[in-house]
Amino acid sequence: MQTLSNIDSLLHFSPEILLVIFAAAVIILDLIVKDDESVAVAYLSLVGLGCVFAAVLIIHFSFRNPVSLFEGMIRLDEFSTFFKILLLLATAATVLFSLRSEELDARLKGEYYALLLAITLGMFLMASSTNLLMIFISLETVSLTSYILAGFLTHSPRSSEAAFKYITYGAVASGTMLFGLSLLFGMAGTGDLTQIGGRLTELLASGEVAPLAVLIAITFVLAGVGYKIASVPFHMWSPDVYEGAPIPITAFLSVASKSAGFALFIRFFYTGFGATGLMEAVDWPFMLAIVSALTMTVGNLAALPQQNVKRLLAYSSIAHGGYLLMGGVLLTSEGVGAILFYLLVYLFMNLGAFYVVILVANEIGSETTDGYRGLSSRAPLVAWAMVIFLVSLAGIPPFAGFFGKWILFTAVLEQGYYWLALVGLLNSVISLYYYARIVKAMFFEDAGAEAASVSFSTGTFALLSVFVIPTIFIGFLNIFYTFSNISVSVIPMQ
Amino acid sequence: MTLQHYLVISAILFTLGIFAVLTRRNAISILMGIELILNSCNLNFAAFSRFMTPEDISGQIIAIFGIVLAAAEAAVFLAIILAIYREFGSIRPNEVDTLKG
Repeated sequence: MQTLSNIDSLLHFSPEILLVIFAAAVIILDLIVKDDESVAVAYLSLVGLGCVFAAVLIIHFSFRNPVSLFEGMIRLDEFSTFFKILLLLATAATVLFSLRSEELDARLKGEYYALLLAITLGMFLMASSTNLLMIFISLETVSLTSYILAGFLTHSPRSSEAAFKYITYGAVASGTMLFGLSLLFGMAGTGDLTQIGGRLTELLASGEVAPLAVLIAITFVLAGVGYKIASVPFHMWSPDVYEGAPIPITAFLSVASKSAGFALFIRFFYTGFGATGLMEAVDWPFMLAIVSALTMTVGNLAALPQQNVKRLLAYSSIAHGGYLLMGGVLLTSEGVGAILFYLLVYLFMNLGAFYVVILVANEIGSETTDGYRGLSSRAPLVAWAMVIFLVSLAGIPPFAGFFGKWILFTAVLEQGYYWLALVGLLNSVISLYYYARIVKAMFFEDAGAEAASVSFSTGTFALLSVFVIPTIFIGFLNIFYTFSNISVSVIPMQ
Repeated sequence: MTLQHYLVISAILFTLGIFAVLTRRNAISILMGIELILNSCNLNFAAFSRFMTPEDISGQIIAIFGIVLAAAEAAVFLAIILAIYREFGSIRPNEVDTLKG
């Protein structure tokens, strides 16, 4: 692995630099344009995301070998490129959602888009950091920005309350994580993730470090990572925050924040401890298997009685975090590849479902399942799109969600975690019930006599099809699965 | 003073911070608890850097970054507390409870 000095790294770092430049440009443009032209700010941030996307691809294809930047602080490889593309798609979708959402105050939109670009920068760094300091800084960048975005509707009590709960849980979780990182740093004597695992293995073998100390440190770090991916027992913030935050931000947090959390999780556990003999002393995969089983069970059971669709999707998102964690306990490249593929599928189906929630909130003015009554006759295309997203989320063939789950469960079974696969399967069956409840409301319940049909613009349908088409076809195209498998080839395995 | 002294103090600070967050009924006190947690981490980093790797100062650098992030977090937390006070007329967490289920 080539390690570059600070100056040499700048060229490889250009996507992140572009993000900073465009975030600044968005703020400046916001000062120049008049209030009623604030759409220009959104378009500028879309252009910025496009430029960053191009830069990511150019860098990827011109420097094919993985390199370590800034003296080993962050790493540029296929794995980070995969997540950068994923996160850029999620951010671009969020900008488009925000343009169409009627919740947001037009006058404040400049800051809003600048914060979205800043949070993308933080997530880029989360996906590529290989140093304890960088891990903590990137996590805090993402967290602090998402607290502000969750509370962005300052005139709404729900939004302020969401931000308050988010920062209270988040600050404690990240403080606990920092404490764990400090213990790891102290035991290993280095902040470099690639060396920590090896040093700890040596120290454990010679008896200088007690296994319990390492276990405590890893558990503390898991508090921070687990809070980002909303795994039990650090999931309590997520339903409240998802319900109170503006819907585009809810969609963004449920997809991008979770993806970045998983990127950090895979980097930390696999690059740090994957290829070492640490497991013999500290059985963290088993600990994660328990967390995974609990996460999906709690998520699915709590989703059953929910009436608010945002809250229902929040619990569904917790449950999906549980399914994804299954891939993380396997210590095989199939398992991690399955996580990446499922995240890609999840991006399209979950963002699509949230887009329908935005449309219904805009036009019908309701976030509860009652608002979805009779949607099949009021807006048939939107209702059918929602059916595709929900069926895919439940994992029913022939949609992408089924293929994602299939690959994930196959990887789990191959490693002999039969009980975990069984728990996952039972949970998928439970999840059918609450997804079907929305479908039932849309197709088999009457909206009442006064409900007129709702019409949407062509742009709405175009954006909707951007999510519907991948949800239908990704599973049939090998290229996406190959893409996610190539991306994990740089992660060290047993 | 040995490394153990520092570690014991930082463990006590961390526990006090968690205790404050769990038991206090005022948002400002919760913020103080969070600051205690973050400062215990900074103390840990500085102490480990001094005693375990005396020739390498990266632990002390991490502590400086930790202070900066703690300040940023306090700023955001105070802003959110202000928003809460405007909406609810109170900064007691158990009165800020409209989202549930």
